[in-house]
Amino acid sequence: MVWPAQTGDPRTLKFIFNHETIIPLMIDLKNLTIKKAHEHLVKGDFSALELANAYKAEAVKRNPEINAYLEIFSDIDEQAKAADDRIKAGKADMLTGIPFAIKDIILIKGRIASGASKILENYRATYDATVIKKLKDAGVVFLGRTNMDEFAMGGSNENSAFGPVKNPHDTSRVPGGSSGGSAAAVAMDATLAALGTDTGGSIREPASFCGVVGLKPTYGAVSRFGVMAMTSSLDQVGPLAKTVEDAEIIFNTIKGRDPMDSTSFEMNETRPEKKVIGVPFDILKEGIDKDVLENFNASLEVYKKQGYTIKDIDLPMMKYSLAVYYVIVPAEVSSNTARYDGVKYGLHVDGKDLPDDYLSTRAQGFGPEVRRRIMLGTYVLSQGYYDAYYSKALKVKKLITADFNKAFQEVDAIMMPVSPTPAFKIGEKTADPISMYLADIFTVPANLAGIPAISVPSGTVNRDGKALPVGLQIIAPAFAEQVLFDLGKKFEQSRL
Amino acid sequence: MISVEEIRKLASLARIKLTKDEEEKLSKDMGNILAYIEQIQEVSATVEESEKPLLRNVMRDDAEPHQAGIHTEALLAEAPKREENYVKVKKIL
Repeated sequence: MVWPAQTGDPRTLKFIFNHETIIPLMIDLKNLTIKKAHEHLVKGDFSALELANAYKAEAVKRNPEINAYLEIFSDIDEQAKAADDRIKAGKADMLTGIPFAIKDIILIKGRIASGASKILENYRATYDATVIKKLKDAGVVFLGRTNMDEFAMGGSNENSAFGPVKNPHDTSRVPGGSSGGSAAAVAMDATLAALGTDTGGSIREPASFCGVVGLKPTYGAVSRFGVMAMTSSLDQVGPLAKTVEDAEIIFNTIKGRDPMDSTSFEMNETRPEKKVIGVPFDILKEGIDKDVLENFNASLEVYKKQGYTIKDIDLPMMKYSLAVYYVIVPAEVSSNTARYDGVKYGLHVDGKDLPDDYLSTRAQGFGPEVRRRIMLGTYVLSQGYYDAYYSKALKVKKLITADFNKAFQEVDAIMMPVSPTPAFKIGEKTADPISMYLADIFTVPANLAGIPAISVPSGTVNRDGKALPVGLQIIAPAFAEQVLFDLGKKFEQSRL
Repeated sequence: MISVEEIRKLASLARIKLTKDEEEKLSKDMGNILAYIEQIQEVSATVEESEKPLLRNVMRDDAEPHQAGIHTEALLAEAPKREENYVKVKKIL
C-alpha cells in the first residue's frame, strides 16, 4: 500500500487495517507549524506522544549523517504523556506538546549541558535556565540538545568538540553556526522548533543557510539566566522555527524581565508605520555573491509591490563592525571562560600543582578557536592595550548604534542579506580565521547596536546542482520585534 | 606578527598550556587578526557620554537567603574532587 504521507490534512491519515492493526500515524511534518500542531492536538487528531515520536523518528533516522543532535533524550515519552494529560484536561497553551530542540548552551536541570566543549562533556546542569522554565511551564516536549560551535564561538559549526554538523540541503556544506544543530534539526523535520543563541549572527546565519526562520531579539528582551555566557554584552537567546508566526509565538513565551538577569527588560516599542524600508546600498557594492545580491533585490521588489518605498540609507560606521566585534568578543570570552578551571565542575586534568591543574585542564578541555579567542582577549585587555582596543571598541560600538538610531527616524526597518554567500563547503574557511569572521559582516551590526533582527527564507541559489537556501534579514529598532513579525509575515505570504 | 615570547607570556596569564606548534600558529593568526582590528584606530570621532543607559546593572538586597544546604549535594556532585562538603584542590601556598 501507498503511504499517504504528503496529503495536507493529518486527520485523513488515521485509519485502521481490516485486521485491526492500528497503522502508525503519518503526520505531515513538512507542512506542520506550531499553530496547526496545536489545533490538531486540541482536536485530538493526534496526541503529543504521537507527534513527539514522529519527530524523534526523523531525528534518529537523519542524525547519524547530519549530527544535529548531541543527545536525543530518553524521556520524550514521559514528557509527551504529561503534555497529553494537560491537553485532555483542557489546559493546553499554544506550546503544550510542541517538540523543541535546545542548543546545548542552555541549561536544563538534571541533563548534560556541554556547550559542545570537552571541558563540560559530562557536566550536568543543576538548575533550569529561565527560558527553559518558561517553556516547561508552557508544557513543551524537549527532544534533545543540539550541536553547536564550542561555547558558541564560530559561524560554521566546525568548532564543535563533537564533530561538525552538516547542512541537510547539501551535506558537503556547513549549516552555519553557531546554532547550526538547532537550524539543521528544524530544517530536516527532526523538531518543530528550537532555541539558539546569537552573539554575532549565530541564530540568523544558520537559519539562512538551512532555510528556516531565526530571530535574534533585542539585547535584554530575553533572559540569559542559565545560558552559558560567551560575550555578555551581546549574547541573546532566540527561536529557530518554520515560520515567522512560530518564531513570534516562541518569542512571546520566553521574553520578559527576569530578576535573575539584571540586563533583562520588559518593553514593547510601537511606532507609527512609515511604509519605508532602509537599505544601506553602499555596503552591498562589494564582497557579496552575485546570486545572493540578486535574490536580495528580488526580495525588495516584494515590498515595493506592497506599497513600501525603498530608501537608500547611510550607515557610515557599519564597516567597522567586525573589527569592533573581534575586540569585544575575545575580551569578554577571556573573562567568561575563566570559570572553567577544573575545580568546581566539568573536566579536571591533574597537573603537578594547582596552577598546573588549571593549565592542563584548560589545554585539554578547550578547542583551538576558544583558545585563540582567550589569547586575543587576554592581549587586548592587558595593561597598555586596554584603551587602544577594548575602550576604543566600546566607543565605536556607540557610534554604530547612533547610525542605526538615526536611520530609524526615517524608516520602519532596515533590510540586508543575512550572509554574503550561501552555505560554504565544510573546511573551506577553517585555515583562515579572518575569512571565517568576514562571513558575519551583515549580522554583527545588529548585535553591536543591541537591536532585533530576523532571518526569513527568501528562496534558493544554485551551487553544484543543489538548491541552497538564502535568507532575507530584517532589522528593527530596539524592542520593536513586532515590526519584524509584521514585515516577515508579509514576505512569507507573498511567496505562498 | 606577535612574537612567540609574547604568546608564551599571554598563555601563562590566560592559564593555557600550548604546544610548540600552537605557539607558532597563534603568533601568525593573532598577528593577522590584530592587524585587521587595528582599523578601529582610524575612527577619531569622540563619543558623548550619554545619560543613563537603558540597560544597567541592578543590585538586589542581600536578603531572604534560601535554606542552608539545600543545593549543596547537587552542586558538589558536579565537583571533580570533594571531601565531605568541600571542593578539594591541591595545596595553594
